[in-house]
Amino acid sequence: MNVLVLMESGDPSRQALTLARKFGDPRSVRMDAIQPFAPDALAAALALAADQLNVSAVFAAGTDRGNEVMARLAARTGLPFAANCIAVTPGDPVEVTRLRWGGSLLEEGRLHSPRALITVAPHTVPADTGPAPAELDLKPSAGSDLVVRVSDHVAPANGGVSLTTAKVIVSGGRGVGSKEGFAIIEELAGLLGAAVGCSRAVTSAGWRPHTDQVGQTGTKVAPEVYIACGISGATQHMAGLKGAKRIVAINSDPQAPLMLNADYTVTGDLKEIVPAITAEIRKRK
Amino acid sequence: MRIAVCIKRVPITGGRILLTDDARAINTQHLGFTMSPHEECGVEEAARLIEANRGDSVVLTLGPPEAVEQLRDAMALGVDRAIHLQTDGQEWDAEATASALLEAISADEAANGPFDLIFFGNESADSGGFQVGIRVAYSLGRPCVTGLKKVTLEGSSVRCEQEVEGGRDVYVVPLPAVLTVKEGLNLPRYPSVPGKMRARSKPVAVTTPTRPAPRLELVRLAVPAGQGRRAESLGIGATAAPAVVEVLRQAGVL
Amino acid sequence: MTLPAHARCVVIGCGIVGNSVAYHLTRLGWGDVVLLDKGPLPNPGGSTGHASNFIYLVDHSKEMTALTMDSVRQYQELGVFIQSGGIEVARTKERMQELTRRMASAGSWGIEGVSLLNPTQVKELVPYIDESMILGGFSTAGVGVVDSLRAGTLMREKGQAAGALHVAPKTEVTGIDVEHERVRRVRTTDGDIEAETVVITCGVWSPRVARMAGARIPLTPAVHQMIDIGPVPRFRGAKSDIEHPIVRDMDTNMYERQAGGDLEIGSYAHRPILYDPEDLPPVEQAALSPTEFPFTQADFEEQMQHALELMPEIVGDESVGVKYAINGILSLTPDGMPVLGESPDVKGLWSAAAVWVKEGPGTGKALAEWMVHGESEIDLHSSDIARFHEHQKTRAHVRARAAEGFNKTYGIVHPSEQWASNRNIRLAPFHARERELGAVFFEAAGWERPQWYESNAPLLEEFGDRITRRTSEWESRWWSPLINAEHLAMRERAGLFDLSAFTVFDIVGPGALASVQCAALRQMDVPAGRVVYTPVLSPNGGFKSDLTIMRLGDEHFRVVTGGAAGMADKKWFRDQMVGGAELADMTSSMTTIGLWGPRARDILADTTSDDVSNEGFKFGSCRTIEVGTQRVLASRISYVGDLGWELYVPIEQGLKLWDTLWEAGRPHGLAACGIGVYGTTGRLEKCYRAHGNELETEYNVVEAGMTAPRVKEEDFIGKAAHLRHREEEPAAIMCTLTVDDHRSKSGEKRYMLGREPILTRDRKRIVDRLGRGSYVTSAGAGPSVGKHILMAYLTPEHAVVGNRLLVEYMGERYPVTVAVAGATPLFDPENTRIRA
Repeated sequence: MNVLVLMESGDPSRQALTLARKFGDPRSVRMDAIQPFAPDALAAALALAADQLNVSAVFAAGTDRGNEVMARLAARTGLPFAANCIAVTPGDPVEVTRLRWGGSLLEEGRLHSPRALITVAPHTVPADTGPAPAELDLKPSAGSDLVVRVSDHVAPANGGVSLTTAKVIVSGGRGVGSKEGFAIIEELAGLLGAAVGCSRAVTSAGWRPHTDQVGQTGTKVAPEVYIACGISGATQHMAGLKGAKRIVAINSDPQAPLMLNADYTVTGDLKEIVPAITAEIRKRK
Repeated sequence: MRIAVCIKRVPITGGRILLTDDARAINTQHLGFTMSPHEECGVEEAARLIEANRGDSVVLTLGPPEAVEQLRDAMALGVDRAIHLQTDGQEWDAEATASALLEAISADEAANGPFDLIFFGNESADSGGFQVGIRVAYSLGRPCVTGLKKVTLEGSSVRCEQEVEGGRDVYVVPLPAVLTVKEGLNLPRYPSVPGKMRARSKPVAVTTPTRPAPRLELVRLAVPAGQGRRAESLGIGATAAPAVVEVLRQAGVL
Repeated sequence: MTLPAHARCVVIGCGIVGNSVAYHLTRLGWGDVVLLDKGPLPNPGGSTGHASNFIYLVDHSKEMTALTMDSVRQYQELGVFIQSGGIEVARTKERMQELTRRMASAGSWGIEGVSLLNPTQVKELVPYIDESMILGGFSTAGVGVVDSLRAGTLMREKGQAAGALHVAPKTEVTGIDVEHERVRRVRTTDGDIEAETVVITCGVWSPRVARMAGARIPLTPAVHQMIDIGPVPRFRGAKSDIEHPIVRDMDTNMYERQAGGDLEIGSYAHRPILYDPEDLPPVEQAALSPTEFPFTQADFEEQMQHALELMPEIVGDESVGVKYAINGILSLTPDGMPVLGESPDVKGLWSAAAVWVKEGPGTGKALAEWMVHGESEIDLHSSDIARFHEHQKTRAHVRARAAEGFNKTYGIVHPSEQWASNRNIRLAPFHARERELGAVFFEAAGWERPQWYESNAPLLEEFGDRITRRTSEWESRWWSPLINAEHLAMRERAGLFDLSAFTVFDIVGPGALASVQCAALRQMDVPAGRVVYTPVLSPNGGFKSDLTIMRLGDEHFRVVTGGAAGMADKKWFRDQMVGGAELADMTSSMTTIGLWGPRARDILADTTSDDVSNEGFKFGSCRTIEVGTQRVLASRISYVGDLGWELYVPIEQGLKLWDTLWEAGRPHGLAACGIGVYGTTGRLEKCYRAHGNELETEYNVVEAGMTAPRVKEEDFIGKAAHLRHREEEPAAIMCTLTVDDHRSKSGEKRYMLGREPILTRDRKRIVDRLGRGSYVTSAGAGPSVGKHILMAYLTPEHAVVGNRLLVEYMGERYPVTVAVAGATPLFDPENTRIRA
């Protein structure tokens, strides 16, 4: 049997490939095969290829684009689609384990479908190290499938350090207390060349723009060090931290979920602790 | 202009999620409920567009009788009326949800004319299927743009900005269109007291669709094993600062 | 940190109360105090953490006001009090009248800076109010907002700095071991602590923790809804948490307060929403905290409308949003008062529960004093955990009364107001007879007691003008002129009283005499067959109680006390018992009928062949007589000041005795008399004092005018203090006053009901050298003397017969005259009647 994989550059697609191989011999279509990006056209091409190869399954990485194109393929072909899986067992039905609540919960499910459509949650399975699967050539797209296509690109608005690429993030929560309270967070971040992050409570209160929000509905981050100041650590926030290598939590409540899920903790008032860290770094420099 | 926005009722989870005895749902005994965060932005966007352009806005949800609370919340933010696809509380998979919403939207359009825009959340906070809006759009034969952080009307088209690594991709699609949005699209307002009071008397149409057999069938839920992090205390108060700096140094970021 | 293996005291719960108890214990000299909480610090997740934290000072309850005022002092000393002022606004005429009552209570309890405002004046202080919605307001300048979490932290730190307090957060109590009815050990998730005493300050969790020791704390968790709206344009740039007075919209059971840039709106108006302590989630499962439940919007719909009416500028502003809304959980008790003191179930186990932020520090201090010194400076009898009768501790009763009481939080509660729920719990054996006579029942300790009988209506005609009628609705509520008619019938002929609500307990055994001697001020080593009325003193010589004790045998005493104080008295006596004494509660074994009046002897004589003549049955004696086939314990004593007896029989024979006396009494004109006569008119004419009114731990025997010529040789509690008091000039003297003119400005005659301030002719408060103000301790009619009678403690300079003073009532002042200084009765001053 054949299996079709929608490939992007980067690890997540090779992780998807790992699970895809359980369903058969993989063939691939590149995410950037149609330029500019036109998700309907890509979905149409996938549908055609899947039929031609009579594949048992179509896989993609559970990235924004991967989920989007796979959903369009599902809608177009009238098949069910399981997003963000971390384990699959071929069969009828296909048994899947997938993420819910941004990874805070696991769902064990059954996919009843003649052709399994699956995305694989990034960084949940090992990347495939085998040879790259053969790429398929795509036929030209129909005009109606090009109505939705990227027509322009806008560069990021702020010149600050990006949350997604930052090596260090200093992040503040409700415990910071106010918009003005972020001054000490910004000062420490500036000194470290770090990005400033925040929790959902902070953006809801209007203290920081949503672009700073880390979490399930904000940005998912993967820094070397994540310094969480006055963040309780609701599941919504923790869902965005799974990629962080080291978490330092500063909180007056030692029982806060983030304190229990951190690598290092400091108990106490962040309004005293954060300036003390800043001063300590200055002293060493 | 006419706008529809589809929302989902989800529990407000705390630090630790607890499951029901049969492990098929979250134990919500101690939890409150809200609409899924992305959709809150969809409601806000719909309310702003109607304030600016006048017209008719409708909020739809598929959910248990209590989901009327979230419909009222949406109407408190400015949406004119609601359609409640009432369930018995059982889980509906994304495919079934989409077809029930499609039927309700089509019926409303047959009576009142097509919606210029239909908003969905990019994905729901709980089940995270990433597909309901796209399925409805395909069935309606309308363009669908996903994951939006900015929406601008440009005559008979809508300009959409989608967040991608290194900036934003721009799409321009003709109306009518289906848009799935993400938190950060706007900062949703808090409902005012007059808004809440107006919402009480706004109409809620109720239908009771039949739940088909799910093709993505939920068997059971599980709480993932701990993340393996074992917190090491660096101390209490400002005296811990040198220890924090030492962690930064060891991580090679100083 | 590991827990100590042993503690003088383990305090469980780090809310405002637990912190205060622990701190004050260390301040009073206790070391080895351990303070635990299952939650984290500084906010462990209880009601303190989400309280609105404002403090209104004036309450009609003296005890509650005293605890609140002491708390304010402590908050101020800790530097966590911001004074904002507060205004209780009235939307109705009835509420305006209630506000004059609050003015009176402020005067009685000595709270300054209060005034009644018209709508324009309210508007000046609260510019965002729609003054057309209100008729006026009651302003208290001293109202303010506190940081209760910070206060708790500071208290802990003080205790820790003294080296006397060990604080252990995140330590959950898993068990409390009791041995020989005494607390021994607290088991926790971090190990066991041997404890001499344990204090449960667990707020809404208290019943759950108490149950671990087999004890009961009767309270129920209940919802109080709060929303926070903002940002309020007018509050933009607010420099502190509160800069405008807090408004209580009394008639809608709501409050509105500035909270920084926002407005907080709270409500006690919604349906009572009660939980079981078991329903509260563990700390880690709660989305916010274990006592902040999801908001139930449907319960708040009407309140939004009310808030909008009162403050349209803010609440009606489309740009002001609802930012936060919770169903906060707080504690309610069956009678609205806290649950303080040592558990009657387990020695060494103390409770300080159902305490709100406004009275938290004062309560903690008072409880610590009680634990260390055996009594607190503030009399806590209304809050005593020992006050509850068995049925009052049941889940059903607690929930029924808490539900009924919830909407009275800001209510206009008449001093005699009766509960509607959970009635008919305890019925006298002659209850059916009373019903036939048209009894109107009031409740006491769960007993249904006739307050008056509608069938006595013909007496109104008989006594005509001698009966004062009341025209004002307020004073006619829970009252009838029939009380006065029954009174006169008793004074002229005889009255039959249902006294089933007495609490009766026997103390028997070799240690019985020593035990009662220890508790009683008066000499109890009297011959068998004597009945002695005696004060029971607190260690400082104040009044713990007053009651009668019959000596029935060498080693057999029968204590008879009122229903209200009965359970607390029982615990007090049990605590004083020495070896070889046993206590048996006879309350439900006996029933009591009172028979008094000039014809009482004739009536009793018609039913018995025993000698009931004055020579054969002297005042102050008791013995068993035969009434038909019944053996009746007759005790010749009187609380109404007339000839007669209390008659005790086994409860199943009560009906027969009632019928026998009723039958014998009819030719003599016997009238059934309600407790209106027994508790008010009869005793007031005789200047008899009542516990909880005149008699409190804050006043002593000399001040009450109850000094006996001699003090017994034997030791008793409070003796040293009592001897000292006898040597001192009393700071105040109990006086009886009569009202000279009842006419109000409108011409309607008004009758005080009690607790009103007594003022000098130039309208000044009367305050004694110990800082205690003069107020009406009891008020009521004296039908036989044709006067409305008030009792009050006055300073010696004012305690002069004929001295003319004022009483403030419903916003007006009425002239009164001191009729008696001391204990001489107004009616029958020579006491010839009771000795006839």
